[in-house]
Amino acid sequence: MPHLTANGIRIDDTFAEAFGMRATALTVTASTLRWARQAAVTMTGYGTSVIGCGAEAGIDCDVPSSDTPDGRPGVRVLLFSTSTAELQKQLQGRVGQCVLTSPGSACYAGLDGAERLKLGNALRFFGDGFQVAKRLGDKRYWRIPVMDGEFVCEATTGLTKAAVGGGNLIVMGARSETTLAAAEAAVAAIDAVPDAIMPFPGGIARSGSKVGAKYKGMIASTNDAYCPTLKGSGRSALDADIGAVLEIVIDGLTPDAVANAMRAGLAAIVALGPERGALRVGAGNYGGKLGPHHYHLKDLLP
Amino acid sequence: MSAFVFTLRDEPAQRLDLAPLVPQRLKGLREADIAAIALNTTRERVTVGDVFALRPGDSAQLRFEGGSARFDRVGAEMAEGEIAVDGAVGAQAGRLMHGGRLTIGGDAGPWAGSGMRNGVVEIKGDAGDRLGGPLAGETAGMRGGVLIVRGNAGERAGDRLRRGTILIDGAAGSCLGSRMIAGTVIVGGAAGALPGYLMARGSLVLGGGAAALSPTFADCGVHDLVANALLAGFVRPFSRDLAAILTCPLRRLLGDMAVIGRGEIFYPAR
Repeated sequence: MPHLTANGIRIDDTFAEAFGMRATALTVTASTLRWARQAAVTMTGYGTSVIGCGAEAGIDCDVPSSDTPDGRPGVRVLLFSTSTAELQKQLQGRVGQCVLTSPGSACYAGLDGAERLKLGNALRFFGDGFQVAKRLGDKRYWRIPVMDGEFVCEATTGLTKAAVGGGNLIVMGARSETTLAAAEAAVAAIDAVPDAIMPFPGGIARSGSKVGAKYKGMIASTNDAYCPTLKGSGRSALDADIGAVLEIVIDGLTPDAVANAMRAGLAAIVALGPERGALRVGAGNYGGKLGPHHYHLKDLLP
Repeated sequence: MSAFVFTLRDEPAQRLDLAPLVPQRLKGLREADIAAIALNTTRERVTVGDVFALRPGDSAQLRFEGGSARFDRVGAEMAEGEIAVDGAVGAQAGRLMHGGRLTIGGDAGPWAGSGMRNGVVEIKGDAGDRLGGPLAGETAGMRGGVLIVRGNAGERAGDRLRRGTILIDGAAGSCLGSRMIAGTVIVGGAAGALPGYLMARGSLVLGGGAAALSPTFADCGVHDLVANALLAGFVRPFSRDLAAILTCPLRRLLGDMAVIGRGEIFYPAR
């Protein structure tokens, strides 16, 4: 693989191949930031990959009380899926089971747009006839009586069909510790980028996958070309000095959000340098024939 | 471009229906065309030019210099733009309005905002009876928008309110929000007897309490609800004092149990 060099780190001359997705955003509030985060963390759980979870979900940012509809601290959550129907199902299930149930929570649209997904309009039936609708200006809310008061939920939230899933950086280092340090630096930088999430645990995936498997019915399996314990096999993509590989997967509400996130992550890895961080950075693709969005690393370098 | 100004020549001798003088109906008309518009009235035929001296301007912004309690249906069925009246108006101001902003500098007669769908009506003086309410035979009153009264409102304000928000900085007469279907009414001062009489759904907020509450409302205790914080955020640009009422814990009564009992009355906990 031809590569460039930045601050002593080898940057593969390759690209991340990403796909169009459906996405939505929510603002979850509570009486304290701790409980807003708790609701958001719970609803984004088991939301790492559409391969097995139905949706990819994560926390975009904290929202200060001055910017939330009810003046309480909040958290912005992004949710991605492959179809509008599946996104609607995941939204309803996750908000119903994880936000509605969380003490003091309320839930509002986090995205504008003409196309809408049902939010409170789907959850109101929990009120069993005691729910109350309230229209304020051009927004409609549902008030559902619950045991600590009321769950307030906006009737709908926006849907975007311009979202992108599958932006990625493959971080390769000599040892697990240094590779993780580089990946953590990238995650911290990407966290500050609006409209983008990293759905894997702590933003990092250690089990990158390839399409298909030798076993029937498996749609994805381990990316053996990047497994250091298989370095000696003929299919390895790793150099002799690479001892650990981690992947950062990025979903964004727009193609630009993904590009900005990858740019920020790459800059953080490069800034950390090869001694304390990564020796090499690559990106995953399928030859460019499957996903319409191509993010070339050379275009994203600082 | 400055506003199109209608200056009242003299106090009108008979009631006048000013419904034709709304921005969407005056768009593209020349001054002479507007002056020749006949106004519905009682005895003698009257044109706009007989009643007002005209100063042409932007037909999306209409200003009436001088008001009268005989000005009926000011801003009726208004769809866009702004109308400002420097004085009082008569009955049914803003009736069936569905957009724009109507500002009345003085008092308004009965049925102000009757059946309005959208837009903002602000009455800087007092409002007569049946604010936002339906005319005889209609099944619903106000259905959207915001109706603000800086002074006091008469009896049955918000009668059969279907949707929208009524804000009354002063006091309200008896049977406030009677037969309400939904929507919100907030009163800063005291309300007369029997607020929410036969209300099915909707919210009444009584900043100054009420002269007498119906026994068909059930006390649900004092609450500090997120929904009221949302409502306060919506109300604040129109009235900071009314928004302040909503930021305190409020006692919630559920009713009217004489009908389906899904409505609510809030008033400050004491």
